Amino acid sequence: MSDTIDLIFEKYERAQDQLIPILQEVQRQYGYVSPEAVKKISRYLKITENQIYGVSSFYAQFRFSAPGRHSIRVCLGTACHVRGGATLLEMLERELDIKCGDTTSDKRFDLDRVACLGCCALSPVVQIDKDIYSRMTVTKLAELLKSYE
Amino acid sequence: MNKLKNKITLAKNKWKDLEDNKIPIIFVGAASCGRAAGALELMPEIEKFIGEHNINAEILQVGCIGPCYLEPLVDIKMPGQPRISYSNVNAKVLSNILKSHLLDGIPYTRAAIGNFSKNTFMDIPPLFEHPMLKPQVRIVLRNCGIINPEDIDHYLATDGYQGFMNALTKTPEEVIGIVRQAGLRGRGGAGFPTYKKWTVCRNAPGDEKYLICNADEGDPGAFMNRSLIESDPHAVLEGMLIAGYAIGANKGIVYIRAEYPLAIERLKKAISQMREYGLLGKNILKSNFSFDIKIKEGAGAFVCGEETALIASIEGKRGMPRSRPPFPAISGLFGCPTIINNVETLGTLPNILRNGADWYNRFGKEGNRGTKTFSLVGKIRRSGLIEVQLGTTLREIIFDIGGGVQKNFKAIQTGGPSGGCLSEEFLDLPVDYESLAAAGSIMGSGGLIVMDEDTCVVDVAKYFLDFTQKESCGKCIPCRVGTKHMVEILDRITKGEGNTEDLLTLRNLGDTIKKGALCGLGQTAPNPVLTTLRYFRNEYLEHIKEGRCRAVVCKSLIEYRVIKEKCTGCQSCVRVCPTGAISGPRSEPHNLDPTKCIKCRSCYEICRFDAIAGDAIVIRTAEKRS
Ligand SMILES: Cc1cc2nc3c(=O)[nH]c(=O)nc-3n(C[C@H](O)[C@H](O)[C@H](O)COP(=O)(O)O)c2cc1C
Ligand code: SF4
Ligand code: SF4
Ligand code: FES
Ligand code: FES
Repeated sequence: MSDTIDLIFEKYERAQDQLIPILQEVQRQYGYVSPEAVKKISRYLKITENQIYGVSSFYAQFRFSAPGRHSIRVCLGTACHVRGGATLLEMLERELDIKCGDTTSDKRFDLDRVACLGCCALSPVVQIDKDIYSRMTVTKLAELLKSYE
Repeated sequence: MNKLKNKITLAKNKWKDLEDNKIPIIFVGAASCGRAAGALELMPEIEKFIGEHNINAEILQVGCIGPCYLEPLVDIKMPGQPRISYSNVNAKVLSNILKSHLLDGIPYTRAAIGNFSKNTFMDIPPLFEHPMLKPQVRIVLRNCGIINPEDIDHYLATDGYQGFMNALTKTPEEVIGIVRQAGLRGRGGAGFPTYKKWTVCRNAPGDEKYLICNADEGDPGAFMNRSLIESDPHAVLEGMLIAGYAIGANKGIVYIRAEYPLAIERLKKAISQMREYGLLGKNILKSNFSFDIKIKEGAGAFVCGEETALIASIEGKRGMPRSRPPFPAISGLFGCPTIINNVETLGTLPNILRNGADWYNRFGKEGNRGTKTFSLVGKIRRSGLIEVQLGTTLREIIFDIGGGVQKNFKAIQTGGPSGGCLSEEFLDLPVDYESLAAAGSIMGSGGLIVMDEDTCVVDVAKYFLDFTQKESCGKCIPCRVGTKHMVEILDRITKGEGNTEDLLTLRNLGDTIKKGALCGLGQTAPNPVLTTLRYFRNEYLEHIKEGRCRAVVCKSLIEYRVIKEKCTGCQSCVRVCPTGAISGPRSEPHNLDPTKCIKCRSCYEICRFDAIAGDAIVIRTAEKRS
């Protein structure tokens, strides 16, 4: 990682306001913010690791453990909520045997919630990786999971 | 300026070529919602078809025209004919459309929803006569779904950047004066007069000033800002130029949710086109005005929509609000005078500067001038993105534009988690800042959630409060602790374990939080509960006294049952039940053991969609407790 993270640093100045953009870029490239990455960022920006954790834990976007091969995001925005989004999330928690926010032990899926993917007219929706599946039902979702390795 | 004038001439010609097209043009609605409905999968199909038939045609991706419930939308414009819009275009419909319209030159009327001219064409009515579109006044959304958002020429050809050029011929003070005369109020929620904060910032000492476009769109059920950026990014960027010029800022920042990748991509493209056309940088169009725009991605915190939290977040800190004064207009980002405006506020500016304050005053009503965009969703027939004059009634929005409710209307939530839930008696309420506030709700940024008899208002109130509770930054005790306490009480009530005292406690807590919270998040968080308590008290009481959820939503208060007379014993449900709650020999009515059932809905869906019986499994309010 050390080479690539240095490449990331090259694009950003050494200033506190670059912290979040750097964290975002790290997460984009590695899928999560690892302790090693935090150490390196701390050295680069000259701010303490505690400060970095303080900031990053404030924001829902950052994850601190490796994601699964596929990321499932259940929309729990209002439109999806009134059309049963929560039932979909419960079903996934049960089927995958993990809690929202976690990754399955075989690293196949990580599961999280999101507030509105902007396709409320097609609610409830579930996003798997980059694909958005609309008008979901527990039955369709169970079928859909099978197509992800 | 001359360089741009040339570009505009070229752009107008290019647009004219589109209108007098020599080859067929196919427009695919490819904003996020169109994509979710499968619009992108249609692209290769179209390409294959025109390849196979050797047709010379152009394919363009456009944004969202509004009736998202009809997605995917595809338009075809044949030479010499008006553009025709088709809805619900799946692979099969697409192939029919292409065969009929592209090959044979006959519009496929069965899937056509309208044509873009003012007259009926071959039995297809004008699109803007469609009941969802007709009552709307499209000012901010004027280009959405019509132009190619990735082509600055399309924007220029439709008088884009004209407003900014007009602004440059005036002093910043004159520009502020026009915005004042226009009566523009901030569209981010509070409706604060735009000219007022601009004036403060304009007069604030300091060479370095910032203009921030707030594209955080935190309301979890609203997508107006996203749609506008995806469909017409230059409108917002032109607005930033105008605002920057007026307040004397040289630096612009778009603070946008990371969850909006397509909008971010389109902004980036648009910004680089601006640069190429000399619309950003030093001494823009040979004026004294220099301006640049950067994009900052939000990191997923609702509270960062609040101005001071947003600033903290851009500075690389935890996004916590701070007390005011000093107001950001005097001391904001990095201590510099800063104006934060909402996407829609900015998107409105080019229209005002292009057409004048008097023109803008023709829309809306005294004190509430102009239009407002809304995302109309929930249990509504025609959901999507709309724009109406301020002062339009809820009834017009729900029934004329939205086509009414799927079942019986129950309530409408305006203002998202900060707003209120209004009952039927408010249907004739004009949608303006003051009327909504008087009813205990707010205008908010434009989320409208329609609820019918199948929606439980107690559940919805709990949902919103749970959302704001989780998003509270934790700085003030009333907000942090109070909302948590309220959620606990609501949770008890939805489980049928509440008591009538709870209702009083909820109200008192709500009032305390509203008074004691530092920022808008806390100050408005109790609204959904307070309004439902006021307008739907009976539903709370039913949960408490009868253990009954009339909407059959609250999980603890419902049960699944097999209707013996209807069950054919097909065993479909037995196979899907994760807990083995259903049993019964094949071809005989099944038995559902309520003690094992976890209410997962699987059997219900299977029976409805896959089984012969169709409706043998019902969800209903649980037997009355003793
Ligand atoms: C918790 C909270 C969230 C907010 N979220 C947004 C938002 O997502 N978008 C927005 O434009 N304004 C939001 N606002 C309002 C902004 O703080 C600010 O008033 C607005 O962006 C000003 O722009 P305007 O004057 O053009 O309306 C929010 C306010 C609060 C308190
Ligand atoms: S009201 Fe809530 S969100 Fe706002 S500053 Fe206080 S604790 Fe934070
Ligand atoms: S709702 Fe789920 S758990 Fe209950 S009987 Fe049906 S399938 Fe089984
Ligand atoms: S609420 Fe789920 S897409 Fe908007
Ligand atoms: S996103 Fe396509 S019509 Fe709304």
